[in-house]
Amino acid sequence: MAHKKTNMVSLEEGGFAIFLVLLAFACIIIAGKTFDQVMAFHAGIGALFAAVSVFLIFKKYFDDGGEPIPAEIGGKPNYNLGPIKFGSAAAMFWGIAGFLVGLIIALQLAFPVLNFDLPWTSFGRLRPLHTSAVIFAFGGNVLLATSMYVVQRTCRVRMPGKILPWFVILGYNAFIVIAGTGYLFGATQGKEYAEPEWYADLWLTIVWVFYLLLFLGTIWKRKEPHIYVANWFYLAFIVTIAMLHITNNLTIPVSIYSTKSVIVWSGVQDAMVQWWYGHNAVGFFLTAGFLAIMYYFIPKRAERPVYSYRLSIVHFWALIFIYIWAGPHHLHYTALPQWASTLGATFSIILWMPSWGGMINGLMTLSGAWDKLRTDPVLRMMVVSVAFYGMSTFEGPLMSLRSVNSLSHYTDWTIGHVHSGALGWVGYISFGALYCLIPWLWNKKRLYSLRLVDWHFWLSTIGIVLYITSMWVSGIMQGLMWRAYDSLGFLEYSFVETVEAMHPFYIIRALGGGLFLLGALIMAYNLWMTVRRGEAAEADPTAAGSLAAAE
Amino acid sequence: MSVWKKHELFEKNSFYLLIGILVMVAIGGLVEIAPLFYLKSTIEKTEGMRPYTPLELAGRNIYIREGCYLCHSQMIRPMRDEMERYGHFSLAAESMYDHPFQWGSKRTGPDLARVGGKYSDDWHVEHLKDPRSVVPASIMPGYPFLAETRLNARDIQSELTVNTIVGVPYTDEQIENASADLMGQAKPDTDAAYAFEERWPDAKIRNFDGNPTEVTEMDALVAYLQVLGTMVDFSIYDDKANAR
Repeated sequence: MAHKKTNMVSLEEGGFAIFLVLLAFACIIIAGKTFDQVMAFHAGIGALFAAVSVFLIFKKYFDDGGEPIPAEIGGKPNYNLGPIKFGSAAAMFWGIAGFLVGLIIALQLAFPVLNFDLPWTSFGRLRPLHTSAVIFAFGGNVLLATSMYVVQRTCRVRMPGKILPWFVILGYNAFIVIAGTGYLFGATQGKEYAEPEWYADLWLTIVWVFYLLLFLGTIWKRKEPHIYVANWFYLAFIVTIAMLHITNNLTIPVSIYSTKSVIVWSGVQDAMVQWWYGHNAVGFFLTAGFLAIMYYFIPKRAERPVYSYRLSIVHFWALIFIYIWAGPHHLHYTALPQWASTLGATFSIILWMPSWGGMINGLMTLSGAWDKLRTDPVLRMMVVSVAFYGMSTFEGPLMSLRSVNSLSHYTDWTIGHVHSGALGWVGYISFGALYCLIPWLWNKKRLYSLRLVDWHFWLSTIGIVLYITSMWVSGIMQGLMWRAYDSLGFLEYSFVETVEAMHPFYIIRALGGGLFLLGALIMAYNLWMTVRRGEAAEADPTAAGSLAAAE
Repeated sequence: MSVWKKHELFEKNSFYLLIGILVMVAIGGLVEIAPLFYLKSTIEKTEGMRPYTPLELAGRNIYIREGCYLCHSQMIRPMRDEMERYGHFSLAAESMYDHPFQWGSKRTGPDLARVGGKYSDDWHVEHLKDPRSVVPASIMPGYPFLAETRLNARDIQSELTVNTIVGVPYTDEQIENASADLMGQAKPDTDAAYAFEERWPDAKIRNFDGNPTEVTEMDALVAYLQVLGTMVDFSIYDDKANAR
C-alpha cells in the first residue's frame, strides 16, 4: 500500500506499546517461576495477548504511517465503529455461551449425573461461569459497545484515541477469558459475583480506568452543549462499579506466583461489603447501565422524544442515591445488626419510586407511537423489557421485607426474581439494542428478518414465563416445607424431602431456559444474515440531534 | 430561575456531574459499613473461637474452590425451625476469622454452619465421593477426585502469614510450623501429630479420609467440615449478653 509521510510514534501508541511489553515480560517471568499451574496458564495467556497487541500496534503504525485518523470527514463526525462492532459480536457470542452454561447447570440440578463427578464440570464451578458469562461477558460487552456508540452520537464527536478504544474493549474481553477459565480450573475468591482472583481484578481495574477516561474524553470533546441523559447513567455506572469493585476486592495475594489471595474483610464486615457490592452490581451494572440503553434506544426506535425531561432528572439522582443503601436486605436475620438490614429494606421500599418513575418515563416515551408495537417486534421487545423491569423492581422491595424474606431467603424464589430481571429486563433491552445497533454499525437498511425477531420474542417470552413461575412455586414451596411442623410439634420434612419435591420444577425451569437459548440462537442467525446479506443503507440516515429532550 | 434550570450545571459540566455522582453513591455505603468496625455486636470476641489450623484452612480453600458456598449456607437464622434443624443461631464472632465470609445466599443443600461433629468422618468421605450412596435423593455432585489428590501444601505458610496481616491471630510458632502441622493433624500417633497438639490443643487429630498412606484434599475438606460450628460451646454461652 502507498505510504504517506511517516510520523513519529505517538505518545499513545508508544505508551501502550511500552506498557504491554513490560506486561508481557512480567507475565513470562511469573509463568516461568510459578508452581501454580493455573497461574502459569494465565500468565501465558497474558504474555501472548500482550505480545500480539504490541505487534498489532506497530503493524497499524507501519501500515498507515502513524497518520492520525481524521475526527471529521466532510464536516461530519467520523465515528469510531470498529471497537463497537467487536463488542456487539462478543456480546452475542458470550451471551449464547452464558445461556448454554445456564441451561447445563439447570439440568444438573434436575439430573445430578450430569455433573460427571469431574472437577471442571461440576455445578460449583460452572455456576460462577454462568453468572459471570451472562452478567459481565454478555452484559458488559453490551454496555461497552452501546456506551461507546451512544456517547459518540450524542456528543457528535469521534471518541478519542487510536489505540485506547481497542485497548478497552479487548482488555475487557481478556479479563473475561482469564476469569472464566480460572473458574473452571478452580481459581476463585469465593465471593459471589466477584469470583475472579486478584490478578484478574487488578487487570480489570486498569481497563476500567481507561474506560472511564475514554468515556469522559469523548464528553470533553463534545459538540453539544448538554450531556445527554443516557450519558449520566453510563457515567454513574462506570464510576460506581469502579468504587464497588475496588472496595469489595481488596485482597492480599499469598504470593505473586500464586492465584490465591486473602481478602482483607472478614465475617460480618465482609458480608456487608459483599452485599453492598452485590446488590449494587445489580443497581449500577444491570440497572443504571441498561437504563442508559433505554434512554437512547427506545426514543430512537420509537422516533419520539423522551417522555419527561424532568422525570429523568429526578429518576437519575434518586436512583443512584437510594440504590446504594439497599444491599443489607440480603442479610436479614443474620449476624449483621438488625438496624443495618432494616435500613437496607427501608431504602429498598423507597426505591419503588425512582424505579417506577424510570419505567414510566421509558414506557410513556411511546405516547403517539403505540401502534408500532404491532409492527415492530424490536420495539416490542424493548417495551416488554421495561415492563419486566417494572415487575422485578416491584417484586424486589417486597422480598426485602423481613417477613417475606424470612420465607424467600435461601430458596429458588430469589433465583426466579433475579431471572425475571436478568432475562426480562437486561436480556430484552440488550437484544433490542443489538437489533438496532447491528444494522446501524454495518450500514444496513434493516434487519434480515423481522419474522425471526418475532419468533425470538415469543419463544423467549414463553421461556421466561416458565422460568419465573416454576421458581416461584418451588421457592415458596421449599420455604414453607422447611418451616412446616406436624401435629406433634416436630419438623414435618427432612431437608432431602424438600429437595425431592423440587425435581419437576427444575425440569420446567430448564425447559424455559432452553427456549430462551433457542431464541438467542435465532437472533444470532438473524444478525449474521443482516451483516452478510442486508441491503446497504444510504449514508447516515440518523441525525444525532433529534434526541434532544423537550424542555 | 427554576430549579430545573439550575440542573444545567450538571448537564453542561462533566466534572460537576462526576462529583455529584460520587457524593450520591458514597453516602449509603459509608453509613452502613463504617459502624460495623466498632459496634460491640459485630466485633465481640467469644470464648472458644480460634483461627483455623493449616489443614482446616486448606480444606476451606477446597470448599471455596469447588463453589460449595453456592449451594450451602453457613448462617443459621434465629427462627424456631432453623434452630431445631441446624442448631443455635450463628454468631458474628463465629465467622470473624473467615476471609472471605461463607454465609452463602442459597440452600440448594442444607446449612453447614454447625455440620461439624454431626456425621462421622467415614460418612463424609462416602458422601463426598458419591452423595447418592448415602442420601439417595441428593442432587449434589460427587467429588471422588478429592480422595485421590494429594494435598498441595506449598503456599500454606505464606497464607498464614498473610492472614495475620489482615488480623487473624496466628502465633509465630504456628506460622513457622505450618507445613508440618498441615500433615501432622491428619497423621495421628506420629511425632508430627504430637508436635501439632502442643501448638493446637483444641484441634482434632484424625486420619480424616481413612487413607493412612498420604494426606489428601479429602482429609483437608473433612477436617474443615468437622470443625464448622464446634468452636463455641453453647452450653456455657450467654445468649443475653450478645442479644441482637
